[in-house]
Amino acid sequence: MNFASTPTRDAATTKMAARIIDVHKDYVLKGGITVRALRGVSIDFPEGDFVAIMGTSGSGKSTLLNVLGCLDRASRGQYVLGGQDVSQMSDDELSDIRSRYLGFIFQSYNLIAQLTVVENIELPLYYQGDISREARNRCIEMANMVGLSDRLDHRPFQLSGGQQQRVAIARALVNDPHVILADEPTGNLDSATGEEIMQMLETLNAAGKTIIMVTHESDIAARAHRTLRMRDGVLESHTPNGALS
Amino acid sequence: MSTKFWQTLRLGLKSLLLHKLRSGLAILGIFIGVTAVIWLVAMGEGVSYQAQQQIKDLGANNIIIRSAKPPADVTRGGGFVMAYGLMRDDYDRIVANVPTLSQAVPMREIHKEARFLDKVTDARIVGCTAKYLDMNNLRVARGRFLTDKDLERADNVAVIGDETAKALFPYEDPIGEYVQIDKEFYVIVGQTESKTASAGIGGSLSAQDYNYDVYIPLSTLRWRIGDMVITSRAGSREGEQVELSQITVTVRSLDDVDETADIVKTLLERFHTTVDYAIVVPKELLQQAQVLQMMFNLLLVLIAGIALLVGGIGIMNIMLATVTERTREIGIRRALGAKQKDIVSQFLSETIVLSATGGALGVFFGFLCYPAIVGTRALMRSLFPDIIAALPSNIQELEPRIAPWSIIAAFMISVGVGVIFGLYPAQRAARMDPIEALRHE
Repeated sequence: MNFASTPTRDAATTKMAARIIDVHKDYVLKGGITVRALRGVSIDFPEGDFVAIMGTSGSGKSTLLNVLGCLDRASRGQYVLGGQDVSQMSDDELSDIRSRYLGFIFQSYNLIAQLTVVENIELPLYYQGDISREARNRCIEMANMVGLSDRLDHRPFQLSGGQQQRVAIARALVNDPHVILADEPTGNLDSATGEEIMQMLETLNAAGKTIIMVTHESDIAARAHRTLRMRDGVLESHTPNGALS
Repeated sequence: MSTKFWQTLRLGLKSLLLHKLRSGLAILGIFIGVTAVIWLVAMGEGVSYQAQQQIKDLGANNIIIRSAKPPADVTRGGGFVMAYGLMRDDYDRIVANVPTLSQAVPMREIHKEARFLDKVTDARIVGCTAKYLDMNNLRVARGRFLTDKDLERADNVAVIGDETAKALFPYEDPIGEYVQIDKEFYVIVGQTESKTASAGIGGSLSAQDYNYDVYIPLSTLRWRIGDMVITSRAGSREGEQVELSQITVTVRSLDDVDETADIVKTLLERFHTTVDYAIVVPKELLQQAQVLQMMFNLLLVLIAGIALLVGGIGIMNIMLATVTERTREIGIRRALGAKQKDIVSQFLSETIVLSATGGALGVFFGFLCYPAIVGTRALMRSLFPDIIAALPSNIQELEPRIAPWSIIAAFMISVGVGVIFGLYPAQRAARMDPIEALRHE
């Protein structure tokens, strides 16, 4: 189960969690100007991968994350998630994919204010249509895993930033996703709490979870197996990180 | 499925409880609308029920023909005596010529003083036949009513109304006593039960209060009192000569009423040079009253509908604000796998919870209509007795009647308003771009 030291792009021998092939994304602005946010990006994400995506604003990294997160569809190119080609799916189908195969961790946690910790964790399962007792138990299990077993009925505003992000992680894990997408997961946290969250992500990755993380902090990026740099809608560089031991 | 439904509903309720004042105000609009529908319809029903009941008292099968005083200079007879109205011949002609008739009851009424020893009361002396009792839904409290034999023999017998009895015989049993009218004495053989006075149905049929009546056989009235009534006023004397005050024709079948009324009318027209009579057809009045009620209800529903519309717009306004405010939440939900229809059902359930709560409250307060109106009237009566006394009796005695359909309709409409006015904000929420929504601050 340890892919950590062998990051690979060889699709033939390793099972792919996600794979994008020559993905383009064009936006047409109001004035009729076309913005080419992605101009042919191909990346393989083997199972158990831990990738950091870096790039300046406007480099296309957010667009890439949106495409990977099935929140947006590529204008051209293919996106295969867990063996399924999702590039031509309808809005409803994409919603279903998101609830079943993807986990999201956001910079600003994005918990729903009026829901309790357990209810927040439950959301992906709820939208899968699973509102069984087992689902609820799984949520409690997840909360235990991130160390919030005593805060099940708390509401987000009663929690610290780190605790909120841990709820978000539990929520991202509850549906046992193919890929966890993290968008600046430590961006709103102080360094100690950020470290805590990063350790949690590393633990998850060590347990076999595929994580794709967008960040602009190189020391955070260095915690991943490899770093991809985006620039002007294309992949600029690809650096394996030897740092992890 | 149903669990998910309840879950959605519960979530909706939870979100609404976050903004209690806002939700409360949204509910208020619908609540007022629904209460208005129920109250207004209840009052409308009350008014028309009253009117219809009075008309029904007249008997839907009946045609009432009354003598009516024509303009002064076109009377039969001369001098200071005015002769007009229905004649005994009219009665005979009606009985002989109207095939659809089951009975015809003639009647003559004169207002006179009735005396017993030193007690005097103003009474309506009614010369009638035995059928008069049933026809007017009167009941005998003591003794008996007039019989055919009384009429045949033109006996000096009388049956007195409840109030007359109270005025003349406050302590004793009137049966066997006598009542004096002018110079004649009549032996009292019976007393009728008290009956609530009927209000006037407008026009030729004035209010009828049976409680101050003294009934004597029609034949007796003719021989003892006569057709002529002279009233003396300061400086002048006036006489009226009327043979019959009223003929009530009962038609065998309800379907024949209109036709019979036409026949009676033709028959009377032929023998009366002036229109010194009036024909009242309770069935027509009833139909008119029903049409009027329908129009009235329609109007009320329209007004109430406007109230609900305003309430609905209020709800839409608030939901649009809510959607904008919760853009980010929508983005999060979409990112976590909510389909557009999940978002629609979420917001729609919130509006429906709002409007249904308003509706339910409205129904609850709708039921309080009766005590509220009766209570208010009692309060007004104690505070401003003069104003209340000046109001028409219809209003004084108005009893709201809650129409079951109005409750169902009002509630359904309120929920419908929720759906209609909730759909647009919900659609708007669902159609948001999840990425944009997530970025929203």
